Amino acid sequence: MTVFRYDKSWEGLLTAVFDAYARRQFPERLLAEKEPLPLFCDEAVTICTDPAKADRVWKGLQKRLSWTALSMLTVAWLSELPDIDGLLFRYIRKAIDAPQSIELNFGDPDVLAVSKIGKKVGSEAHRVVQFLRFQKAADGTFFAAVRPVYNVLPLTLSHLTDRFADQRWLVYDVGRAYGYYYDLREAVEVRFAEQEAHLLSGKLDEARMAADERLFQQLWKTYFQSIAIRERLNPRLHKQNMPARFWKFMPEKW
Amino acid sequence: MYEISSAGNKNRFRRKIISLGRKIYLSAEETVFLWDAINIIPIFANMNERVIEKLKVLAEAAKYDVSCASSGTSRKNRKGMLGSASGWGICHSFAEDGRCIALLKIMLTNYCMFDCAYCINRRSNDIPRATFSVTELVDLTIEFYRRNYIEGLFLSSGVVRNADYTMERLVRVVKDLRTVHHFNGYIHLKSIPGASRELVNEAGLYADRMSVNIEIPNEKSLQLLAPEKDFQSVFQPMRYIQQGALQSAEERKRFRHAPRFVPAGQSTQVIVGATADSDKDILRLSSALYRRPTMKRVYYSGFIPVNAYDNRLPALKQPPLVRENRLYQADWLLRFYQFQVDEIVNDAYPDLDLEVDPKLGWALRHPEQFPVDVNRADYEMLLRVPGIGVKSAKQIVTSRRYARLGAEQLKRIGVVMKKAQYFITCRELPFLTVHELSPEGVRHILTQKTGKQATDERQLVFQFQEEV
Ligand code: SF4
Repeated sequence: MTVFRYDKSWEGLLTAVFDAYARRQFPERLLAEKEPLPLFCDEAVTICTDPAKADRVWKGLQKRLSWTALSMLTVAWLSELPDIDGLLFRYIRKAIDAPQSIELNFGDPDVLAVSKIGKKVGSEAHRVVQFLRFQKAADGTFFAAVRPVYNVLPLTLSHLTDRFADQRWLVYDVGRAYGYYYDLREAVEVRFAEQEAHLLSGKLDEARMAADERLFQQLWKTYFQSIAIRERLNPRLHKQNMPARFWKFMPEKW
Repeated sequence: MYEISSAGNKNRFRRKIISLGRKIYLSAEETVFLWDAINIIPIFANMNERVIEKLKVLAEAAKYDVSCASSGTSRKNRKGMLGSASGWGICHSFAEDGRCIALLKIMLTNYCMFDCAYCINRRSNDIPRATFSVTELVDLTIEFYRRNYIEGLFLSSGVVRNADYTMERLVRVVKDLRTVHHFNGYIHLKSIPGASRELVNEAGLYADRMSVNIEIPNEKSLQLLAPEKDFQSVFQPMRYIQQGALQSAEERKRFRHAPRFVPAGQSTQVIVGATADSDKDILRLSSALYRRPTMKRVYYSGFIPVNAYDNRLPALKQPPLVRENRLYQADWLLRFYQFQVDEIVNDAYPDLDLEVDPKLGWALRHPEQFPVDVNRADYEMLLRVPGIGVKSAKQIVTSRRYARLGAEQLKRIGVVMKKAQYFITCRELPFLTVHELSPEGVRHILTQKTGKQATDERQLVFQFQEEV
């Protein structure tokens, strides 16, 4: 059995595809750099991530797949699932080898799996767009904390920068400890050296809040409670539509 | 603290308003003054406890209108403006009844001079009343929007003084949001029955969607239950909206920058179960409405007896939620599944089957159309198979070009095989179909309740298409 070792980056994966074709040797497993070798391993090839090679693979894929299918690949990558790289590797290989585009062949288990994972990641991104809540800080910045299952913040940026173009904001992934700060021009990735309380809890404390923030949270909570029709309460549907894991960051649920 | 916003304003209201500012509930006479207060814009937003109380009253007053969608307009942010419209609706929260909260659904006032039997806000009810000022409402909308609580505003109102007087106030709110505050989010404005063409036309320039609720599906019952209304007062504003939209579409063909007019079209709502009307009456009305060019959605609202004392209305223990859901499913069939209304309900079957969904119901009445060969049948016929939805039908059509499909692939595509198996043949298919089992047999199997029923028939179908 042959395994490839690489740095678990997207470009690394594409480089691995390039090297596999160059060597005419395809790995059965893709491993991280320090991962222990499996039993019965004949050969371990170490891949050095090379943007130029990655770029060539990507350009090749552009000729074989539609824009939708290409973005589906990157979206599925953001799932960070344990063997997403193996799946994408197989998909890309099939795409390169097949005489015609494979992207609509849902009879193929890999094509279907990529499409299913892509959809799951996409709907998680959609849920973040739905349920993310900004709190206004004393300095005027709007702060939102989220903890999505998949690494979806990058997928929400175009929507957020478009919609909230005229306010400064910070969206922060509490689980992955990074976020994006928008300074009225562009959104840039940020990490903080010091994990202050609100970066862990997701809630601004009173001292950091804008003067009217508490009031609007109260208003929103009041609205949320008043708008439900008591004759049709349906806690199951409520939970199904708005998964409890988001509640921690939503003022109407505090 | 206050400034006069428009020249036409009379200074003498000024003092009156400032003293009124502290009150929560006002009498009917005072409301008249407060209406005039709308002309006066406080320079500093006066948001406080009082507003919390008003918000409570006016959200409670608005909640029985079930439409919530914020879809239909796609609008990018423009420089110097706040917000965008996504094209597909975004629910920002879900209320404890499970319904989507996309818009700040609110009334400008719940004072009303009408006395509609089915309405919580009717004149004869002794309930807390409140009125928002334009500023309060505008501030609420914008501050909620900035925090990503909402997609925009859904504004309606009780009728004060007369239709146009009220409509003018509504228009002022949306105009203010758009022109003064450069608000670029979604606005749904419920037109007041009987409002004039001029005001409807002005409203249409600022709103994404407008609606006029029919509420009662036939005119006789409407007049019995809402003596101040008739079909004319409902259908006339609907026509104005339609004409405005068509005219603007025409103009935009010639001048690209001609103003848009209710780009997301109009919608309406029908109350279900308040009168003896059958599903046939309701769905025929819907189907006629959908033939009008700008009518995008008909909402069905299971009757909730909010005025139990009124014996013109039935005493229901529970709102007819299953029936309401069946109507939504039938509505989907009309809009996305290429069904004609008479195929779903007709003189022989005037009411929808509560036990099975309307598509399954149709299939059981038409066993001669089945089984359908999924590897051959055209898209239209695939759509009619119970258990195959729009998405799966499309995927079947694209996937079968590569290879003949079997049960495994169908399952993975998302076909609900539990239902579909009785109505299809595919590559292998050893299944018993509706012919061998008889329609009654299939119905029996599919309506058996297992311990934990996976589907809740009381669910509302709103934003998403379910596989029916
Ligand atoms: S006019 Fe509207 S608000 Fe007034 S009572 Fe009738 S339904 Fe209710």
